[in-house]
Amino acid sequence: MVKNALTTLLIWLTAILVSGVFVWLLADIIIHGLPKLSWSFLVETPKNAGRSGGIGPIIVSTLLILGVAMVTAIPLSLATAVLLSEFTRHDSVFGRLVRRSLDVLAGVPSIVFGLFGNAVFCIYLGLGFSILSGGLTLACMVLPLLIRTAEEGLQAAPNEYRLASAALGMSRSATLVHLLLPAATPALVAGLMLGVGRAIAETAALIFTSGYVDRMPDSLFDSGRALSVHIYDLSMNVAGGDASAYSSALVLILLLLMINSIALSLANQWLHRSVVTA
Amino acid sequence: MFLSRTDRQLAALLQGCALLAATIVLLILLFLIKESWPVLQHVALTRFVIDASWHPVQGLYQLTPMLSATLYSTLGAVVLATPLGIASALFSRYFAPPFIAGCYRRLIELLAGIPSVVYGFWGLITLAPLIGRLHPPGVSLLTGILVLTLMILPTVALTADAALAAVPLAYVRGAAALGLSRWGLISGVALPAARSGIIAGTLLAAGRAIGETMAVLMVVGNVVQQPQSLLDSVRTLTANIALEMAYATGVHRAALFVSGLALMVMVLVLVSTAELLSRKRHYG
Repeated sequence: MVKNALTTLLIWLTAILVSGVFVWLLADIIIHGLPKLSWSFLVETPKNAGRSGGIGPIIVSTLLILGVAMVTAIPLSLATAVLLSEFTRHDSVFGRLVRRSLDVLAGVPSIVFGLFGNAVFCIYLGLGFSILSGGLTLACMVLPLLIRTAEEGLQAAPNEYRLASAALGMSRSATLVHLLLPAATPALVAGLMLGVGRAIAETAALIFTSGYVDRMPDSLFDSGRALSVHIYDLSMNVAGGDASAYSSALVLILLLLMINSIALSLANQWLHRSVVTA
Repeated sequence: MFLSRTDRQLAALLQGCALLAATIVLLILLFLIKESWPVLQHVALTRFVIDASWHPVQGLYQLTPMLSATLYSTLGAVVLATPLGIASALFSRYFAPPFIAGCYRRLIELLAGIPSVVYGFWGLITLAPLIGRLHPPGVSLLTGILVLTLMILPTVALTADAALAAVPLAYVRGAAALGLSRWGLISGVALPAARSGIIAGTLLAAGRAIGETMAVLMVVGNVVQQPQSLLDSVRTLTANIALEMAYATGVHRAALFVSGLALMVMVLVLVSTAELLSRKRHYG
């Protein structure tokens, strides 16, 4: 009886401790980040190595890197997921090999992606430190996540759809386009947002691929500094950059929360619509 | 399987894409080996342990201070995060009322989504000065362990939660029918049944801790030395790569790729073991 009460107490204490640390972290960043946050902070260029001014070009670079990553990763991951779930038997050797190598890819540390991106995109392909290099590196990184979620979404589509359309003599491609992909859309969007969240939070893979330059990028071949790299640089290399770093961290967290809630509401909407029309 | 002509064309296209996606991991290994070849070719692997110091430009390649920093910080974080994570999972599954349990799970998910650079920044600005009061300079192995603990706690908690959710309801009902107390149910039935899933989650978390770069880089002080105490500044393998890649050339650069290769091998061993364990669960 005493043991029971004691463990209950300990487990409640753990939960309170974890929540407490989380609130501490969040409150710390909100309290210190909010004063500097304003419209002009979001659009102005950084001055004095980021101590003053804003983060306009950094937000643009971040979005461009994200755009490159997603434009590359989405078709590739969708194709792979469709192949794995609709065009190969679950126990085929090819399918198993692809799944296995993607599992391994998912475990590769981000700094190793940074080394790889630097060696391949910056040097071997001659793209240099550029938004393109950074985006392509991130694309490799989020690929396993996107494929896994898309595959799960497709597999969750009711099997009746496949059987009924086969009975109607529809081709597999038509079934895919008209039935399975629409049915899997909520899962696809949710997976996409997870990928975006992972990409936007990434730092280590970007330092040696997209670089440090905090000017407004002219093209995808320019170096651009991502928001997370900006926070790192301000806190480690710029004395007196803490205030700007706090505000940038707040912007990053707000961006992530926004992406998260958009994903949730989109998924809900689609789910609702497909139920209504069904 | 009957396929029309369009289907066959589509299947071929998809196969091409899947092949590309599957070869990325091979490409990574290939390029890591290619870039580290200048060092691997001429330098015996034992030199990474027995050389006098880490001065790759002068041909001294001792990596042990970085290796031990990585191992200590990972070990410390796993030791702290495992009980906390399992307790978190137990809390939301067996102890908290449904509403609080839902909120708590959401909070852990949010915690998992916070960027590592934000953890690092918070550790540097808030945690390090607190520890610095205990023993300057504050940026130390201990700070790194605490930040890492916070970062891998969600991984442990979420995987343990999933493993506990997969415990067959019949076990739980049977335990309740035998009149076991709540703790008796958890320690005697639920935890043993979920054991392999929890261990797999812990291994995944350890892999994440080994590979983590930014948060650790920002709070451990980055002095290349064998740590004598928890309050010493250290430099991990990942931090070493991040700090020196910017200016490394020639053999120095190749040596950094060797440490990247070492990292990848360590993480792969952990991830594969975790996968093996979680596969076994389906048969057990």
